[in-house]
Amino acid sequence: MGRKLLFDKAHIEGIRYYDVYRANGGYGSAEKALKSMKPEEVLEEVKKSGLRGRGGAGFPTGMKWSFIAKPEGVPRYLVCNADESEPGTFKDRYLMEFIPHLLIEGLLISSYTLGCNSCYIYIRGEYAWIPEILEQAIAEAKKNGWLGKNIQGTGFDLEIYVQRGAGAYICGEETALIESLEGKRGNPRIKPPFPAVKGLWDCPTVVNNVETLAAVVPILRIGGDEYAKYGIGKSTGTKLISACGNINKPGVYEIEMNISVEEFIYSDEYCGGIANGKRLKACIPGGSSVPILPANLLLKTAKGEQRMMTYEGLADGGFATGTMLGSGGFIVLDEDQCIVKNTLTFARFYHHESCGQCSPCREGTGWMKRVLQNIENGKGKMSDIDLLWDIQRKIEGNTICPLGDAAAWPVAAAIRHFRDEFEWHVLHPEEATKRNFGLAHYADPLEIAAPAAV
Amino acid sequence: MAEEKKLFKVKIDNISVEVEPGTSILNAARRIGGDIVPPAMCYYSKLQGSGGKCRTCLVKVTKGSEADPRPMPKLVASCRTNVMDGMEVANITSPEVQEARKGVVEFLLLNHPLDCPVCDQAGECHLQDLSYEHGADTTRYEFKRRTFDRIDIGDKIQLHMTRCILCYRCVFTADQMTEKREHGVLGRGEAAEIGTYIQQSLDNNFIGNVIDVCPVGALTDKTFRFKNRVWFLKPVDAHRDCHDPKCCGKTVLWMRGDEVFRVTARKDKYGEVEEWICDTCRFDKKDVKDWTIEGPRKIERQSVISQGHYVGVHKPKDTLVEVLEGRQPKLLLDIHDISEVNRPEIDLSQIDGPAHSDDFNKK
Ligand SMILES: Cc1cc2nc3c(=O)[nH]c(=O)nc-3n(C[C@H](O)[C@H](O)[C@H](O)COP(=O)(O)O)c2cc1C
Ligand code: SF4
Ligand code: SF4
Ligand code: FES
Repeated sequence: MGRKLLFDKAHIEGIRYYDVYRANGGYGSAEKALKSMKPEEVLEEVKKSGLRGRGGAGFPTGMKWSFIAKPEGVPRYLVCNADESEPGTFKDRYLMEFIPHLLIEGLLISSYTLGCNSCYIYIRGEYAWIPEILEQAIAEAKKNGWLGKNIQGTGFDLEIYVQRGAGAYICGEETALIESLEGKRGNPRIKPPFPAVKGLWDCPTVVNNVETLAAVVPILRIGGDEYAKYGIGKSTGTKLISACGNINKPGVYEIEMNISVEEFIYSDEYCGGIANGKRLKACIPGGSSVPILPANLLLKTAKGEQRMMTYEGLADGGFATGTMLGSGGFIVLDEDQCIVKNTLTFARFYHHESCGQCSPCREGTGWMKRVLQNIENGKGKMSDIDLLWDIQRKIEGNTICPLGDAAAWPVAAAIRHFRDEFEWHVLHPEEATKRNFGLAHYADPLEIAAPAAV
Repeated sequence: MAEEKKLFKVKIDNISVEVEPGTSILNAARRIGGDIVPPAMCYYSKLQGSGGKCRTCLVKVTKGSEADPRPMPKLVASCRTNVMDGMEVANITSPEVQEARKGVVEFLLLNHPLDCPVCDQAGECHLQDLSYEHGADTTRYEFKRRTFDRIDIGDKIQLHMTRCILCYRCVFTADQMTEKREHGVLGRGEAAEIGTYIQQSLDNNFIGNVIDVCPVGALTDKTFRFKNRVWFLKPVDAHRDCHDPKCCGKTVLWMRGDEVFRVTARKDKYGEVEEWICDTCRFDKKDVKDWTIEGPRKIERQSVISQGHYVGVHKPKDTLVEVLEGRQPKLLLDIHDISEVNRPEIDLSQIDGPAHSDDFNKK
């Protein structure tokens, strides 16, 4: 069994409630931080832990926190990003639903470290039942002296507010989130200035993912150095992975970042293999925005090594032969799945979710969707494949926020690795509406370039 | 004594310029001038917060600064990126920038109706200029273009969203120029549209400025609608003693003979208004007697308007026969063979402005 840090007590009956959470050591980390450590010391532990943002980009959390501006007399804010709208990602939901106090405790420690007295949880509107759970937990924590004025007699004040979004993926982008929180239209801001300098109501602000903030609790419990011993290299600690698609056991798993992709898919501890005795065709391992990989490149890197479930392992080979850990939305496709259709599904999503501020994303996402629709419906042309490539290339890197990139990458990767499937669709429009391309050669062993002779 | 401010040295397309800290790359480029100035469809120096959206002004920062010479990994929006000391920027010298800009122009035109022949903005449209300079000859888009219904914003302004490029300039103008904001963006992505809390008449005296800031023909002056093509009009600087303290009273009258067809604010060579004017001056003062005429307006843009302009015009000296090296031009079509001129006395070449269908009877 892999070691767990977040979900180690998740199986305990009633852990959602304060009494059970507290009886099982809950708020121990907060007590330690608030009563015996200075904010700088907590920050030091977080830095030592090597914790990286779990919201997608993987930016070192300790470093992010140290960037926050500290002008005199200006409040600072901590915002917890619970907008979780990336297709395939549903890990934060599990955490908030089943162990809300873990998040509250994480917010308390993080706010103390950053010197924030107000903290916001921005939660996607579709999680309609969760704000109630969170608010109940907040009320319990307040009743027991963990929130409000003069927390546990330490003189530190903190209020946590839950704000619901209205159903826009773009409001997960941190500056769009801040705009939305301010009651405005959720358009991403043009950076700089970064939130660390000018965020919520133009005050210094840190935005972190739910899981990132929850991970601060075990870091304080076992110490930054000990946390860093989990995982491999710069991928320290554990990561929540929400696995879905054609697997035997879809769900949210906490993995230590030292296992291979193969183990994650096939071991009974995690996904339990591909469902219905089918074969693995492809996988999008980090949520819909990250590049899709065919089975052979997913399990092994281009160098022929085991691919690991780590930030570096999944990114091995760059965009040519690798992908990204992203937000941990692990989507598995078996041999019966059509890559064109899957790409269209994602393209349709990004088209629907573009905020429309910048021209490449506003216009390009719709264009890609329509070209893909043609290919999918047997009306595609060979030149459409090159056209798609050209469109995504002109979106990527030229937009205000990374949604443009997120829309471009899935299309780019699908064409890069599955071009023959696209071509087959164009050449056999009739057949393509009746059957799928199938596994083809996508699981064949890779040809490993022989190391140069010495 | 005032301390001397340190200036930043910047190089754009290998041309050096010194600017104050806090200047954007675009404004540094405008300081240099000429064809190294990136095109800007959304940035507007008089509107706070504008820019960054259209992406036509993308440039490559090949050297970040003296202190940190690393190039920036992505192209940046020059209108919203400030210069650093020692920064080096490539615009027209970077094939990557030219390629990206071509992409942006293609995106901007993707859903544009290209109805220039019936658009009042034609001739002074920034999208026309941009496409002419950076666009492709043909479109690769094979799908239905998006359309919207026309909306009247009060009785003086019409919004034709189909032509809008969502530059947000009008939104910022409404926000910053009028006390009562009834203007914003509704919907998202491709479905986003300028919302005006529909058909509400906007009863504040500065909303007309949205017409001037609109780079395309999405917001047009209803009092001028279909009255004339801008290139047949003579722009004339004029002023009046306007009682609104926020209005500068300095305008351009667009005239034909003694008739004032429309009134606009004065625009600089980047198409930005120099000073705002109120709606009274814009919509209600269409009589020359209301104005003190200063003289002809110098139109600096490469616009077609300057074609009909009388400053610096060279009369061609060559006659057609000379151009054809002695050959007589061949008459391909004699208008009198297919049409009857209503007014036979008229000399066609003397018709004041364009010939009109009323001038002819079909034979
Ligand atoms: C379009 C878009 C959507 C995003 N959605 C989310 C989200 O739902 N949840 C999240 O935590 N981060 C999301 N992010 C990333 C955030 O912008 C931000 O990087 C993150 O909240 C930082 O937290 P971290 O450092 O803890 O990862 C999104 C980014 C983009 C560009
Ligand atoms: S990239 Fe897309 S989502 Fe992001 S700001 Fe531009 S239009 Fe909006
Ligand atoms: S109506 Fe004109 S000014 Fe307003 S956003 Fe559209 S193009 Fe820009
Ligand atoms: S002018 Fe800079 S992005 Fe539009």
